Amino acid sequence: MTIETVQNNIIEEFSMFEDWMERYEYMIELGKSLPLIDSVYKTDENIIKGCQSKVWLHASYDNGAINFTADSDAIITKGIVAILIRVFTNQSPDDILASNTNFIDAIGLKEHLSPTRANGLVSMIKQIKMYALAYQTKHQS
Amino acid sequence: MMNRKEFKVEDIRKDFPILKREVNGKPLIYFDNAATGQTPQQVIDVISHYYAHYNANIHRGVHQLSQEATDQYEAARQTLQQHFNAKHPHEIIFTSGTTHSINLVAHGFGSILKPGDLILVSAMEHHSNIVPWQMLCETTGAVMKVIPMTQEGELDLQQLDVLLSEQPKLVFVNHISNALGTINPIGVITKKAHDVGAAVLIDGAQACPHIKPDVQALDVDFYVTSAHKMCGPTGVGMLYAKEQWLKKLPPYQGGGEMISEVTFEKTTYADLPHKFEAGTPNICGGIAFGAAVDYMNAIGFDAIAAYENELLAYATKKLSAIEGLKIYGTSPNKTSVISFNIDGVHAYDLGTIVDKLGIAIRTGQHCAQPVMDFYGISGTARASFAFYNTKTEIDQFVTAIERAKRMLS
Repeated sequence: MTIETVQNNIIEEFSMFEDWMERYEYMIELGKSLPLIDSVYKTDENIIKGCQSKVWLHASYDNGAINFTADSDAIITKGIVAILIRVFTNQSPDDILASNTNFIDAIGLKEHLSPTRANGLVSMIKQIKMYALAYQTKHQS
Repeated sequence: MMNRKEFKVEDIRKDFPILKREVNGKPLIYFDNAATGQTPQQVIDVISHYYAHYNANIHRGVHQLSQEATDQYEAARQTLQQHFNAKHPHEIIFTSGTTHSINLVAHGFGSILKPGDLILVSAMEHHSNIVPWQMLCETTGAVMKVIPMTQEGELDLQQLDVLLSEQPKLVFVNHISNALGTINPIGVITKKAHDVGAAVLIDGAQACPHIKPDVQALDVDFYVTSAHKMCGPTGVGMLYAKEQWLKKLPPYQGGGEMISEVTFEKTTYADLPHKFEAGTPNICGGIAFGAAVDYMNAIGFDAIAAYENELLAYATKKLSAIEGLKIYGTSPNKTSVISFNIDGVHAYDLGTIVDKLGIAIRTGQHCAQPVMDFYGISGTARASFAFYNTKTEIDQFVTAIERAKRMLS
């Protein structure tokens, strides 16, 4: 599935919710239910520092695609982390680098990507793209 | 400004236009007053009037507008002098805020401290009152030690005595902790510090919205604060320093306003307070700062403190009744700030949900990471009340917390 297809699927899922309560309850559900990262990767090295909530991100490369796993100590952040992982995992470095995160706005969660929230998500997206760039460079040479 | 005869919160709320707005479709409940206070119409009017009627550069123009602006700016300085009971108007230096004031003093001590000199910082400072001193230690070779605090969030005065016996040159403590609300015994600390010859700097950013400090009675050497915490605009603040210190410290920034004579061989500096006010200052901000102090004095700090203490007691009781809620900072001497966590709920999540319900609180480390480290937590949620908040708002906050708790756990 392409990144765009996954994003459109997520937008469709969220369009069923009538208000912010339902959207957040779904996010909290995602945050609670998904095992996102192997605890051996929950190291300080993999931590993306936000002022308020911590985000861990781990990447591995297999057969042309990057696999991401991640976690957060705040449940709403973790819900968004789960969505970002769903979008970007198992995609090629080229596709990741060419993609955007406008869908976050479309599902009504733009505020969490505002730098004032300082929750690590902006840095997480940056880090995802950094990994993509690193693997792209590595496998082109 | 007229004195208000009686403290009526319904009347006071009418002064603050922002309190009428909605957030996420709900009436705004503003409980982030420790981060910045709201501005009354009286101060907003002073700001508009300045730009509409007498905006001009000060201290040098011969024209009418410049004279009016200069008069108002200097009148504001006198308002601050009287409010803080400084001995002279020129002991009040306008700055861009508390952080700027602290950096100004720290820079000045760069030429006074020698390698190995000791300076003391309290364990409950925010980053603005830690980092400039760490930078100072790097440049001078001075050493910084920490006055520890107790579990209740009070400074350990016995340990202070031990540290003072090591003859520090400078002690810096906040008047009130931003993360915990604790009111520190400044008079006692200053007396003890002076007995061993140490100078004292007090960060009053959190104190000035609640109490009226008398710098002469407290006998502090330096007192710093920001206008925006006390009904004034952002980007302006104050350094009070005893005249002898202002004469001793070198200028912080070079430029216009702070000079007497300039040639390429040598510049002589202007007299106080201008020596420390290089460049065109925040003229409107300074004037509005004066207006904000007048506004608060018209209500009266006794009335403000009494009402805020009532809010604090009410909120403490209500919040304590929430299962799993723990309050950090339980000193009996504290202002209307409640830092707390709820078992199994991250402060960020709580802040996000209550924001959706129109309630503004602060979450995170409150720029006081060492305080969070002391309690072994990554952050807290913090509700801070001002004299325009109400018990009804606190009730709504408690309902919002219960709702967030149900969603999050």
